[in-house]
Amino acid sequence: MKIRGVSLPQFLLNNSTIVLFVSVFMLFGLASERFFLPENIVNIVKQAAFTGIVAVGMTFVLLTAGIDLSVGSNMYLSAVAAGLLMRQQNFEVLPALIASLIVGTLFGAFNAFCIVRLKIIPFMTTLATLVIGRGVGTALTQSQQIDFPERMNEFGQALVFGVIPMPIVVFVIVVIAAWYILTRTPFGRQIYAIGNDPEAAKKAGINTNRALTRVYLISGFCAGLAGFILVSQLGGRVDRSFAEGREFDAIAAAVLGGTSLFGGAGSVFGTVIGALLITMVQYGLSFNLVNLYLQPMVKAFIIFLAIFFDSLRAANLYKLKRRFIRPLDGLPADPQTVGRSPIEAARTIPSGD
Amino acid sequence: MTPESTPPPLLQLHDISKAFFGIAAVKAVSLHVNAGETLGLIGQNGAGKSTLMNLIGGVVLPDSGTMTFKGQSYTPRSPADANTVGIAFIHQELNLFTNLSIAENIFINQFPRTGILRSIDRAALKQRTRALLHSVGLDMPPDMQIERISPGERQLVEIARALYQDAALIILDEPTTSLTARETERLFAIMDQLRAQGKALIYISHILGDVLRVSDRIAIMRDGALVSHEPTRAYTINRMIAQMVGRSIEQLYPPRTSTPTTETVLEIREVTASGIVERISFALHRGEVLGLFGLMGSGRTELARMIFGVDPFDSGEILIEGQPVHKPSPQRSIQNGVAFVTENRREEGLLMSIDIANNIGLVALKDFAKSLLQTIDQGELLESARSTASALQLKSGDIAQQPAKALSGGNQQKVVIAKWLMSQPSVFLMDEPTRGIDVGAKYEIYSVIDQLAANGSGVLIISSELEELTGMCDRILVMSRGEIYGQFERGEYDEERILRAAFREIMTAEPMLTEMKS
Repeated sequence: MKIRGVSLPQFLLNNSTIVLFVSVFMLFGLASERFFLPENIVNIVKQAAFTGIVAVGMTFVLLTAGIDLSVGSNMYLSAVAAGLLMRQQNFEVLPALIASLIVGTLFGAFNAFCIVRLKIIPFMTTLATLVIGRGVGTALTQSQQIDFPERMNEFGQALVFGVIPMPIVVFVIVVIAAWYILTRTPFGRQIYAIGNDPEAAKKAGINTNRALTRVYLISGFCAGLAGFILVSQLGGRVDRSFAEGREFDAIAAAVLGGTSLFGGAGSVFGTVIGALLITMVQYGLSFNLVNLYLQPMVKAFIIFLAIFFDSLRAANLYKLKRRFIRPLDGLPADPQTVGRSPIEAARTIPSGD
Repeated sequence: MTPESTPPPLLQLHDISKAFFGIAAVKAVSLHVNAGETLGLIGQNGAGKSTLMNLIGGVVLPDSGTMTFKGQSYTPRSPADANTVGIAFIHQELNLFTNLSIAENIFINQFPRTGILRSIDRAALKQRTRALLHSVGLDMPPDMQIERISPGERQLVEIARALYQDAALIILDEPTTSLTARETERLFAIMDQLRAQGKALIYISHILGDVLRVSDRIAIMRDGALVSHEPTRAYTINRMIAQMVGRSIEQLYPPRTSTPTTETVLEIREVTASGIVERISFALHRGEVLGLFGLMGSGRTELARMIFGVDPFDSGEILIEGQPVHKPSPQRSIQNGVAFVTENRREEGLLMSIDIANNIGLVALKDFAKSLLQTIDQGELLESARSTASALQLKSGDIAQQPAKALSGGNQQKVVIAKWLMSQPSVFLMDEPTRGIDVGAKYEIYSVIDQLAANGSGVLIISSELEELTGMCDRILVMSRGEIYGQFERGEYDEERILRAAFREIMTAEPMLTEMKS
């Protein structure tokens, strides 16, 4: 709203997401003006949907200063479960989707159990479940590729109201729900409080264990949903490298969107921008026929930039939080508001013997 | 004379005691607070004020004694219990979420809700917050973020939160340390108002003038006991300080065997870090034991960390043996012969599970790795460590086997000192070198300090135990709110005067600063 006395670099830093987003968008446009065609933009949003959904779940986790590295494996395992049920039990799309969501949420529940009850740090817990999840999926499929029935493909290509691609609709619903939870419910605000100061949150009477549990459940649910959406978009095929490494896209999207790895700061809106940005980079690089082998490097560079900005912001925050012994210099020069001088303090003391 | 007999007190403590690891922190304190009054609580660092308040706030549990609150037996098991009965504790470091709004901070655990989704009733939230803010005289939009408001305003938000929880007793621990004069006045006005509304307040502060200004009664603690407790009009600043100091406890110090030379080993010139320390200048001489006294939060530890290069500062200069130190860092300081015995030996000074010999060798490891492959000559290290350990009369088992954590506090401290001795430093910075060490072992540590000075090092001791500084130091500097606020030479030591300087009740800073510049 206001840019009260904030310097330009500071302003850019605070709004690094938008700045990056616009610059990258313009850059690709300069490289090829066909990039601006509406169908390309729709494609980007459609492809951003699954990354965005995982990233929204990840945002909840990151807000508590946690992390969920297992979402890629969770997507795989959920998709495998749905695929096996559709192939072997002849499930329809909707029941399969629900099964996928249940598997994803249970996966999240296991993470939550390890983190909240067994007190294993989130990084180690989810690093372990990253391996476990893919291992279980590989065992279930005996490492075979699963081909979904044709109806899965139709689901992926479906248009809601005859115009809007299904993944975009799901994405929008997830975003609105997440936005509502984070900004309009006590649980959402308490997540921010926990990320800001877990000790103070406990002292304020917040049930931090319950909140943390829910956060990992949400992340798991989102991964299950995203896994299912991704299969439908890929034409109904899941092999053992399905969704591998997607946790990095999700974390990068959230961080690009201004969510802090240190907890307490971030928004769903930012994450959406972050997911669009990441997808746009991938899409744009292919669109402009950049050497396939260079693409990961470019993407990594963008992610590096985002995380670098985050640490700059964190350093800034740290400065603001420093404990001050003396009244700060540079506060209003009004003599009334400057800390009491010793002389003034002495004057208020009744003289002794 | 006193109105104490008429209404029953709101909070009554009977013979409350608490000891930590056998050391009494609070000794049989009986005290009461009435509704509609402010009780001022003062005492030196370590006098037991905080422990007493933590007992009331349910943070720690008493060993013996009873409490009654509102006429009922009161036995809090956690801070939440204290909240439930109506006791709010406003800590020196605020417990607010800087990323949330004022309204969200106040209602974080009890949001008003609405609708089938039971979401936050934002209209009610705003309205109720506005009313609460009005009652503490804070005219601000409820959705203002905490990080955008000043420390004083944050303090008022905490009070608003206490009011919302309908606290009958509000404990304020050093609430004015980061406030401006105007904010302090505002806080006092609110406190007067709360008192008029029948709330009880306990006000803890090191600013004695403020305590006189706001309190109806004053309680003074010393060494865990309540030593004085009367209506405010019975006190003057002088009487308060005299009561806090009390008669000196029996404690022995070794005779100093060296006298300071005029050769400067460490010089600090105008070191300033905005908001932390301001224009600190002093010199430490060879053979000198210099004391740095200050209350908690006066900036003494921060200053030591800056000198050693752990924390940055904005301007000023540090000279070691006449040479300015360019970009101080711990590594450079060690090279320059500065040793830093930290306040917290468990966390910073020692590797607890590692054997004593390797702990001792830690700083000087390089000197034992002279071979081509830079491997450590364990034999030489052990021999060297043994001789240092015996010079310090370290009482331990086999130093190559026994881990540091198996030693007593005093012997652990000797290991820390031994560690630094190996690199033959010319400057020792010691932050609370005898904290948590029993009296007998303290004597030995003091002897070691004396030895260090006699061998030509300069020793800077930071302490909040005035006794030990007057017992050991050739000179004492007093720090207060980030400034050097007084200097005392041996022979003119007067605990009352030194304490006054720490409380900023006298000014001796100006002549000293000019003297230092010459």
